[in-house]
Amino acid sequence: MAEVQAKSPARRLEDIRPLSPHLQIYRWTWTMAMSVFHRMTGMALYAGTVLIVGWLLALAAGPGPYECARWLMTSIIGKLVLIAYTWALFHHLLGGVRHFIWDTGAGFERDARMALAKFTLVGSIVLTIAFWVIVALVR
Amino acid sequence: MATQNRSFRTPRANVTGLGAAHHGTEHFWRQRLTALANLLLIVPFLWILAAAYGRDYASAVAIVSHPFSAVVLLLLVVSVAIHMRIGMTVVIEDYLPNKAQRVVAVIANTFFCAAVGLVGVFAIVKLSVGRLLL
Repeated sequence: MAEVQAKSPARRLEDIRPLSPHLQIYRWTWTMAMSVFHRMTGMALYAGTVLIVGWLLALAAGPGPYECARWLMTSIIGKLVLIAYTWALFHHLLGGVRHFIWDTGAGFERDARMALAKFTLVGSIVLTIAFWVIVALVR
Repeated sequence: MATQNRSFRTPRANVTGLGAAHHGTEHFWRQRLTALANLLLIVPFLWILAAAYGRDYASAVAIVSHPFSAVVLLLLVVSVAIHMRIGMTVVIEDYLPNKAQRVVAVIANTFFCAAVGLVGVFAIVKLSVGRLLL
């Protein structure tokens, strides 16, 4: 703090200014929850992309590394991570579609935004189940 | 619209160079452009993932190194690397109050996303070109 106070007032203000709204003071609503989910799934997909690239790299590296990646992916934990990854992918995708609708200026009315918020959650769960059912059937 | 905007400046000129990073709407636009690319590429990507999931080495290589898969995966990995870099930058800017930490984190994020993208491109090119050479 002492170091901060030694600087110019403008600089000090910049350092202490709150950057984002405090989530804990708001009452939870569907639209707020899905906004938080959109950001959280985005962060999860950041890690998920690293895993997918790791899988591609293992495949490019040869049979040994690939067997290791395959063992991980087909293990119980691996399957749970993949299901979570696909759910995050579908949720973020539908959240993105919601943002595209909003970008046109539509979907801001009370009923429309509630329906869109619920649609992202229900839709992502339905798509995740559908995807893994298809994978199981193709096997 | 015409009566409201009496200036000869175009709407674009009014936003170019604005914002905290002096990049105007570039950030916003690129995030949507890559979002659309991701949306289109995710269906063939999931098809490839479903087809290759749990397969033995030879089958997985055959699926991923197919020219169609390789092109889809290359486009997706580049688009995703750009998209995830912008997304993480926004999160860093929102939640890291210390400016020095923020700048370091934004740079680290850029390097990391570039590395993830390049490793992905390298792996896909090696698999697809390796198939041609065999």
